[in-house]
Amino acid sequence: MSARTGPDPSGASRDVAFRPNWTARAGWALLALYALYAATQLGFEPERLASGLGHGRQFLARMFPPNFSRWELIQSGIAESLQIAVIATVIGIAVALPIGFLAARNLMPPWVTWPMRALIALCRSFHPIIVAILFVKAIGFGALAGVMALIVASVGFIAKLFAEAIEEISLKQVEAVRATGAGFLSTLIMGVQPQVLPRFIGFATYQLDSNLRNSTMVGIVGGGGIGATLFTAYQRFDYDVVLAILIVIVTLIMVAEIVSGWARRVFQ
Amino acid sequence: MAGSALRETAAGPGADVRADDPRALVIRGLTKEYRPGQPVLKGIDLVVPGTGLTAIIGPSGTGKSTLIRCINRLVQPTSGEILFRGKDLAQLSGRSLRRARRRIGMVFQEYNLVERLTVMENLLCGRLGYVPAWRAWLRRFPEADIARAFELLDAVGLSGFATRRADALSGGQRQRVGIARAIMQEPEIVLADEPTSSLDPKSSVEIMEILSRLAAERGVPVVVNIHNVALAQRFAARIVGMSGGHVVYDGPPDRLSERDLRGIYGGENWLE
Amino acid sequence: MSAAASAAPTPRRWQRFTPLKRLARLAFTLFAVAAFVASLRTIEVIPEFLYDAPDQLADLFGRMWPMDLGYVGPTLRALVETLHIATLGTLIAIGIAVPIGLLAARNVTSSLALNLLAKFVFVTSRSVNSLVWALLFVAVFGPGPLAGTLAIALRSVGFTGKLFAEALEEANRGSIEALQAAGAGRLSTLLLGYWPQVKPAFWSIALFRWDINIRESAVLGLVGAGGIGVALDTALNLLYWDQVAVVLAAIFGVVILAEIVVTQLRSRTL
Repeated sequence: MSARTGPDPSGASRDVAFRPNWTARAGWALLALYALYAATQLGFEPERLASGLGHGRQFLARMFPPNFSRWELIQSGIAESLQIAVIATVIGIAVALPIGFLAARNLMPPWVTWPMRALIALCRSFHPIIVAILFVKAIGFGALAGVMALIVASVGFIAKLFAEAIEEISLKQVEAVRATGAGFLSTLIMGVQPQVLPRFIGFATYQLDSNLRNSTMVGIVGGGGIGATLFTAYQRFDYDVVLAILIVIVTLIMVAEIVSGWARRVFQ
Repeated sequence: MAGSALRETAAGPGADVRADDPRALVIRGLTKEYRPGQPVLKGIDLVVPGTGLTAIIGPSGTGKSTLIRCINRLVQPTSGEILFRGKDLAQLSGRSLRRARRRIGMVFQEYNLVERLTVMENLLCGRLGYVPAWRAWLRRFPEADIARAFELLDAVGLSGFATRRADALSGGQRQRVGIARAIMQEPEIVLADEPTSSLDPKSSVEIMEILSRLAAERGVPVVVNIHNVALAQRFAARIVGMSGGHVVYDGPPDRLSERDLRGIYGGENWLE
Repeated sequence: MSAAASAAPTPRRWQRFTPLKRLARLAFTLFAVAAFVASLRTIEVIPEFLYDAPDQLADLFGRMWPMDLGYVGPTLRALVETLHIATLGTLIAIGIAVPIGLLAARNVTSSLALNLLAKFVFVTSRSVNSLVWALLFVAVFGPGPLAGTLAIALRSVGFTGKLFAEALEEANRGSIEALQAAGAGRLSTLLLGYWPQVKPAFWSIALFRWDINIRESAVLGLVGAGGIGVALDTALNLLYWDQVAVVLAAIFGVVILAEIVVTQLRSRTL
């Protein structure tokens, strides 16, 4: 940021055209200092980075070309991840809608909204992987633990956004619909839903994508899906298989994002 | 506070006939306190004729809007009776209230259309009191309702607007949809809460014209809450003046004198 | 629309959606239902586990309480390391994402090839989970927070970069054109034309990602990439549930704290 400072040569001080923004500069300086400090704390040493690059080259060499030979294994793993993602999203939405509805402060009294919001915050606080670990320890290995973990994650995300969407609707439009003699359901359908649906479709598809991403990972901790296959290959140093699996995962996620985009356009 | 007593209702010509008219709306002793001890409506006694347009005039805060909204119970009266078609609207609840509401059309100051729905869907909202929820969900309303909607669109001058989204319309157009929605209910009375306050002068006149014409064609009484006295005098068959939570004038527009207006609005300056 | 003048006019029809859209909506709905039903039927779930779940969960929570307060010390140290990972990782990510974001924004860089390349970089970065990035970096740099920081950084590049590019594309053309007409060079246009407009969005994105990264950093230790995940992993392997409870409580606390900080900063800058 440029600045022209100070008094002119005759000694009299003049108004400055661009005052240097000391707060901002101090802020940037602090950030830079912090970055350096954190880097040292975390082991960013030049030798490590250099040797890392060497390892990196070896590593990449072992990854190429990708090895698709164990295709059936990969296929069943991906299928299971898809199943986990779909089920978790559908059930998650079904559970999240009433919770989000009850958490809306413009519709519900505080003694209802506070516990609901606390529940939502609890669901969101922990990474799905951690939740998956807990479920694995509690109910055993397999897809069920993965599904349950992702349901918790979905509820946290969707209920929160759904409550926010409801809090932003215009109650006047709802009042007008009620004044025509419409019952509770009809008022919801014609007064509330049109105001909420487009945003809902947006975050529902986002959550589906997110669940798909996570469902490929929960296998690492025992929650089913292709994560387990990936981790096994990793631990056996079969990096070419790892690359193959990664390619499949990335492709799947990209396809899912495209399909979500279509769904959004069709339903909004 | 204007202390002049009610004029014209008890002793005026034709008053008894009006109260006996089965299409009339009779309000007795209506009181509303938003805060205890500070009533906004102080025991209103009023007979709304069963035909024609009745305009309620008065300064802001005098309870005009509260009065209108008590009729279809968007506001809960503290006490009093609202007798219409053999029922006390103030006592209804649940299904009977919904049944009563579908017979009462309402036009709002800010139109209150569902912005994201099309004009046609907004009109069909007027039938929600008559059809089950699944029809609303699937948008499969009876053919007769759709035909009626198209006719009403023609009647308010919005032919061809059926598939436009409500938020794509101008203020005047939106209010016309609002009126059409109210008429779609095949109401026995239409309430209008400051229908012209958000509109420019030309649109205001158009709206009042449409409202009074459509209602007259269907023989439906209209109660309009309005603060533009000139508009009220031009379109109303009956004027009710409120001040300080009381009715201080109730009579035909041509008998509304300057003294009455001062009694309603207070002060002389605004008349110049 | 038929004219109403004829004696018996054909009824005018109204449909909410065009036939094509109706078909598309129906297709999507059927597809979604089919996917759900198929998933339910083919997923391998052992029913006994499902019925057993509530009891098992109750047993688990019983073992977590009371918490092992002696573990609080190491937990807090690991927590600080997690915060460093999250913060430094976010900073590095922003450092990488901003230049690539400039390449991705259509109004800043006109070359379509560069736009697509930048967008591809972002999509790839987003599609690979931070846990997987962590695995890769642990293999390259060895276990420890270095791998974790780089994993967080590379994962965040896609997220921040995409949103940053979108913010750039929404910048008001008028002020940019004025600067260009006055003969300003590229750097000046960027600093004085784009930067003031995207500043609020930039900080909002950065804060948002930092918040998410705190959660992400907490689990990287499970694969050896440093942070509190390591403490969690150790306690889990030894089945010391009371220690696990301490770690979970610490994570919960830091997440809540971060939320408060972010909300405060948001209300101040926006």
